Amino acid sequence: MTTRYTKDHEYIRVEGDAGIVGISDYAQGQLGDVVFVELPSVGKTLSKGDEAAVVESVKAASEVYAPVSGEVVEVNSELEASPGTVNEDPAGRGWFMKIRLTNESELDGLMTEEQYGEFVKSIS
Amino acid sequence: MAEPAHSDEPLLKTPLHAEHVALGARMVPFAGYDMPVQYPTGILTEHNWTREHAGLFDVSHMGQAFLVAEDKSHETVARALEALIPADVLNLKLNQQRYSQLLADDGGILDDLMVTRVGAPGHEGWLYLVVNASMKEQDYAHIQARLPTGVSLNRKDNLGLMALQGPSAEAVLTKLSPEAAGLSFMMSADVQIDGIWCHVSRSGYTGEDGFEISCKGEDAAKLWRALLADPEVKAIGLGARDSLRLEAGLCLYGHDIDTTTSPIEAGLIWSIQKRRREEGGFPGAARVQREIKDGASRVRVGIKPEGRAPAREGSVITTPDGREVGIVTSGGFGPTVNGPVAMGYVAKDVSAVGTDLHLIVRGKPLPAKVAAMPFAPHRYKR
Repeated sequence: MTTRYTKDHEYIRVEGDAGIVGISDYAQGQLGDVVFVELPSVGKTLSKGDEAAVVESVKAASEVYAPVSGEVVEVNSELEASPGTVNEDPAGRGWFMKIRLTNESELDGLMTEEQYGEFVKSIS
Repeated sequence: MAEPAHSDEPLLKTPLHAEHVALGARMVPFAGYDMPVQYPTGILTEHNWTREHAGLFDVSHMGQAFLVAEDKSHETVARALEALIPADVLNLKLNQQRYSQLLADDGGILDDLMVTRVGAPGHEGWLYLVVNASMKEQDYAHIQARLPTGVSLNRKDNLGLMALQGPSAEAVLTKLSPEAAGLSFMMSADVQIDGIWCHVSRSGYTGEDGFEISCKGEDAAKLWRALLADPEVKAIGLGARDSLRLEAGLCLYGHDIDTTTSPIEAGLIWSIQKRRREEGGFPGAARVQREIKDGASRVRVGIKPEGRAPAREGSVITTPDGREVGIVTSGGFGPTVNGPVAMGYVAKDVSAVGTDLHLIVRGKPLPAKVAAMPFAPHRYKR
C-alpha cells in the first residue's frame, strides 16, 4: 500500500490496481468547514488532472482533481449527508472516490508522504 | 465590499490587528486591510455562536466620519446630506440612526451607509456617518465635492469600531453599561465603558439584536478585551459575518447593490421615508419615483436552492424551461438554515415567493424557488 500526493493536495492510497482518493489534512484545514461535496458517478472515466469532484466550504467551492487516470469504481456517498467527515477524518472516513488505475506509472510523478510534508512546509 | 487590496500596496491594520493575531485568526486582505476571516474554531462554529450567544466583530476598517454644520444647525447639515441620499435626515431625533445609500444621478447606488444625528451636547449640527471600507475614499471625495459652504466633512481614521451581536449581547453589555444596554433599535448614546468613552448604537448587520461600539483607536484593544472577557462572547471573523448577513437578507455593497442597481430594485424602499419619496430632491429621484409608481423591471429576491449544493455569486438564473431571467449576487451555505441560501436579481414576472427557478451551477441546472427573506428571522429589539 502506497500513498501519493498531488500539488493540489489530493491523496491517492493505492492497493492493487485501485486507489482511494481524498484531500489531505492540510487541504481540509485550509478549506474550513466542508458543507457540500459533489461526487462523480460510478463508471466515469477520468484523465489525470480532470475535475473529479467539488468540495464546498461556507466561503467557497473548490475542485478536486483526479490524481491519476482511471475509472471511478466507487464513491463515498456518505459525504452527501455528512460532508463534515472530510474535516474530521480526511485520510479515513472522509475519502471521496475509488479509482481503478489505467496507467500505474502516473504514480511516479506524484509526491511521497515525506515529499508532500516538505511541500506543505514550503507553502505554509 | 470584498474587493481585494491592490497587491503592491501594503495592507492597513485596524487598532485590533494584534488582538486577532494573538487569538490565532487567519488573516486575509480585505478592502485594503489585513483582516480576520476566521478564528481557529472556524466559520460554522462562529456563525452558530453568534446566533446562540454573542459574537464580537472588528469592523474598524469601515469609514467613520462626521458632517459638521458651521452654524450648529441640524437643518443645515441635514439638508446638505439629503442632497446626496434618499433618507429623511431632517426628522432624525437626537441619537437616532438610519440606514441609507449614496446615490448617483441615475439612481445607481454608490455605497450604503449609516447616518446618526449626534446627540452629545456641544455637537449640535453634527451627523455621524459609517461607510464601507472599500468605498470610503470614493465616498469622502464624492461627499466633499458636493457640500455647500458652511458644512464640512471630518473623517476620523483613528477610531475603532466593533460590533457585539447575538441574543446575549444585551446581558453582556448590561454588566458594562446599563445605559447603553437599554437603548432601543437604531438609537445611540455616548457612554463610558470601563473608563473608555464610547459611542454605542443598537444596530448591526447579522439580523440579531446587538450593538455597534465606536471608540478611540488607542482604547479599542482594552474595550475588545473587556467584552471578550465575558464567557458568552467570542471573536467572530469576516467569514461568519458574511453568512450571518446573507441569512438576514442584508445587502453587501459591490455584490447585491452597486452603481447598476437602484434602491427600489434592491428592495430598499423601506429606507426611503415618505417625505423623501414624495418630495424627491436627491440624486436619481426621477428613477426612484418612477420605479415606486410603476415597479422596477427586475428586483432582488431571496432564493432557496432545493438540494444541498450552494449556488455562488454569478450563477445564472433561468426559468425551468431555460429562459435567462437573472443572476445570483450572493450565495452560499446558511448554517442556521442548515442548507444553501442565495439572493439575486430576477425579472419582475418571476419574482413572486414560491416561483420555480433554475440556478446554473457548473453547467447544470439546480432547481430552486424564490424565497421570502430573511432566511433567519430578524431578532432586533424594537
